[in-house]
Amino acid sequence: MNANGHFVSLQGVTKRFGDLEVLHDINLDVSEHNVVCLIGASGSGKSTLLRCINLLEQVDAGSIVVDGQPITGTKVDVNQLRQKIGIVFQAYNLFPHMTVLQNVTLAPRKALGISRDKAEAHARALLRQIGLEEKSDEFPDRLSGGQQQRVAIVRALATGPKLMLLDEITSALDPQLIGEVLELVRELAQSGMTMILATHEMSFAREVAHKVCFLDAGVIHEEGPPEQVLSAPQEERTREFLARVLEGGRL
Amino acid sequence: MLASVDWHVVWVRVAHPDHAFFIALTRTVYIAVIAQIMGVILGLLAALMRMSKLRILRVLSGIYVWIFRGTPLLVQIFFVYLASNQLLGFTLIPNSLNGGFFKLDGAIFAGILALGVNEGAYMREIVRAGIDSIDKGQMEAATSLGMRYGLAMRRIVLPQAARVIIPPLGNEFNNMLKNTSLLFTIGVYEMFADAEIGYSNSFQPTEYFLGVAFWYLVLTTVWTFIQAGIERKLAASERGEELSFRERWQAAWNPARGGIFMRSPSR
Repeated sequence: MNANGHFVSLQGVTKRFGDLEVLHDINLDVSEHNVVCLIGASGSGKSTLLRCINLLEQVDAGSIVVDGQPITGTKVDVNQLRQKIGIVFQAYNLFPHMTVLQNVTLAPRKALGISRDKAEAHARALLRQIGLEEKSDEFPDRLSGGQQQRVAIVRALATGPKLMLLDEITSALDPQLIGEVLELVRELAQSGMTMILATHEMSFAREVAHKVCFLDAGVIHEEGPPEQVLSAPQEERTREFLARVLEGGRL
Repeated sequence: MLASVDWHVVWVRVAHPDHAFFIALTRTVYIAVIAQIMGVILGLLAALMRMSKLRILRVLSGIYVWIFRGTPLLVQIFFVYLASNQLLGFTLIPNSLNGGFFKLDGAIFAGILALGVNEGAYMREIVRAGIDSIDKGQMEAATSLGMRYGLAMRRIVLPQAARVIIPPLGNEFNNMLKNTSLLFTIGVYEMFADAEIGYSNSFQPTEYFLGVAFWYLVLTTVWTFIQAGIERKLAASERGEELSFRERWQAAWNPARGGIFMRSPSR
């Protein structure tokens, strides 16, 4: 836990790709067991923000502290940090040449050094919880998109992370498959997992989030409890964005 | 014309070659195999260097490919055999290598080295194309699970890249089998040397070169079948049991696990 009581704390985080500043002076605090939703149009910097927290991208300025440890310095054990943080991607990124069980057990076995028996028992238990135990020996391409994404979530959970980053995990799914994935995320939230979600699912954000942040052009323009940001936004940009989403029929 | 060809000699060269020829054939095969393995290892190293964050490694990899693809293989062979000791100031190429149970002629050693190093330059591009063909998300997913770069490369990226690498690798080995004939020029007694010496003793070029061409064709044809088997096996193991990169190769070569000439049962 951080000194100021936040599990994740970003101070003045700035990220550039060449001349393009994709994140500008981002300040964000996430308390333990809280869920923070990042909303905003595509290209607003939501994904980049998540990727910075996992060090898949290096920040150009500012600092990030996770679980009391600064991660933006030079002497950071990236692999150790990443074992504390699970990330789930929009495109699932399951390993296609491995079965579901191998996907879930590989990192615990090879990165954490857990024995095969233990890792498999744990993986099966997790898969049972999401009702996919009978798919253990299937290859990812035999599963539906929703099932694949649920396996990806379980894979990220298998290393015992304290923080989950979910990067638009339902954006690539058919509408009828979104529900099962959100249900799993809902359960995770209820179990007290600290999470940061980039999402376009506004009603879901309203339901699970403790805090909603609206990003536009790399800047957090508005943040607050979901009922405030989503129902009574203060900023003109937020209102415009939500109006567009509403037209799209997603609210 | 055709009538002047001694078809009996051709028949003997094709169907009943002498003991010396079989030694030469064996030599051709093992030189090609060792040089190709060397080429794959060097190519993999150079490809990883090419993708390194360290500029110096990228530059070294570039210079390596630049030189060895930009100069004739024959020049490289002569250079390694005759010039490298003088240039380096120490004995890279001994007169003969004595490894106890096997003895290796210095020329063969030099030949394998030259072919292998040359091949590595071509394999670098093949390996890199294979690695590039794998979605970046795979490496990101692996490293974000706490796997180190090397582990992620070995368990996640390379096994998937292998499917892309194997077909051109097979073509490279086909070339390698034939390129070993260049080693005749530094005095390696391989298949072509056997034919050349037979010809100069008998002045029967058609007979001897037709015979040796037949045997090169046999080698490359056998290889084509082996290659097809490996490719089928790799495609099948995409959806078979758990296989690491090493296990895949074992499976491809081990008859008890399906062997290379047996189709895996379709699912």
